[in-house]
Amino acid sequence: MTSKEKVYSTVDAAVADIPDGATIMFGGFGGAGFPNNLIQGLARQGARNLGVISNNCGTGEGELGLLFKNRQIRRVIAAFPGPGAKYFQEQFDAGEIELELVPQGILCERMRAFGAGIPAFFSPVGVGTEIGRGKEERVIRGKRYILEQALGADYAFIRAQRADHMGNLIYRKAARNFNPIMATAAKSTIVEVEEIVATGELDPETIVTPSIFVDRIVQAEGKRYA
Amino acid sequence: MPKARLTREQIAERAAMELPNGAYVNLGWGIPNLIAAYVPQEVTVHFHSENGILGMGPRAKPGDEDLDLVDAMKVPVTLLPGGSYFSQDDAHVMTRGGHLDICILGGLQVSERGDLANWRVPGAKGAGGIGGAMDISVGAQKLIVTMEHTAKDGSPKIVKTCSYPLTAIDCVDTIITDLAVIDVTPDGLVLREVAPGFTPADVQEFTEPKLLYSANVPEMRLQQR
Repeated sequence: MTSKEKVYSTVDAAVADIPDGATIMFGGFGGAGFPNNLIQGLARQGARNLGVISNNCGTGEGELGLLFKNRQIRRVIAAFPGPGAKYFQEQFDAGEIELELVPQGILCERMRAFGAGIPAFFSPVGVGTEIGRGKEERVIRGKRYILEQALGADYAFIRAQRADHMGNLIYRKAARNFNPIMATAAKSTIVEVEEIVATGELDPETIVTPSIFVDRIVQAEGKRYA
Repeated sequence: MPKARLTREQIAERAAMELPNGAYVNLGWGIPNLIAAYVPQEVTVHFHSENGILGMGPRAKPGDEDLDLVDAMKVPVTLLPGGSYFSQDDAHVMTRGGHLDICILGGLQVSERGDLANWRVPGAKGAGGIGGAMDISVGAQKLIVTMEHTAKDGSPKIVKTCSYPLTAIDCVDTIITDLAVIDVTPDGLVLREVAPGFTPADVQEFTEPKLLYSANVPEMRLQQR
């Protein structure tokens, strides 16, 4: 059996079949590790009515800002949309976007649970706050916890530093952030990378995301760092 | 002439003295972000950033910035020897899992039970954002809040019950302000230190719940005066 080819020749080809209404996770934090090539590809492709799961909602037209500017996004799950998320904030204030705010670590853990086949879990975060409102609460060994649901998506758009042709991934510094978790929690994970190397060239001891979690690989434009 | 309260830098300086040698520490936005510069020379602490850094060093020098190495405020930083990178979920294993010794956050309100409100002003425009504050507040072995003692309109920020949206309940251990150091205890709020020139009665005047204090409350310790 030959291995399935995961490397796509262009960004546009890698995002061509994203349908209207899809739910997509986007990696990235603080300007680092955003799949900006894929975001720009999705802007060109034009899918609409999207649901987005991301720590934040862009900076001006940068990062996810472009998709908000194009009015491609209707639903958002985020920890910190951000004061610089101009287009998101305008559409949120106008009541055009449905938002669920989630504590950042719980956003991670809900995705991690989904990827690990855990449907829900009890958490201490948000107990007694508006985050806990309406959620099942239980006292376990004397402490209060709320039930949080696992969070999956149709696609994860992520960025890594290096991939081999099988889809094993290595990240760079704090650009790792949400990318490895999201790769485990989506039906299909699309990664843009600074460099694609032959299978076998990555040191197995240093691989962060094993190939089983990656479906499509595309070369990002421009290597930011050697 | 009204007595001078401490500056934000002086609050940060006093807060830095709460950091024991060897502690793993997360600093939040606002005044906490000023604290790293005041860690006493004889003390080594390890800074955690919730985007996946442990052993974070100072801000990168101009020209040396690496945009893949930023802190939780998007500021280009450095990594110290012994530092490490990891994913955001592991970063929050550290926060929520109780692995950080001390976390210092800014505050909008703190209640006498140690409830913290620090993420949203009621009626504020926009969507707001929680970030990592809720995970950090719940998990910190010791949570210190640094803030001005009163709001811009003069109203107390240390209150009987928070009226702002809560970050976490029953989580704050110590409050350090421009007027005082206050410990949250099962008996109530204990006034540990007062700012130079202020009396416990002065501090009580700007604090909604009753403060407990002894006959001799020392002045807040500062390195440079």
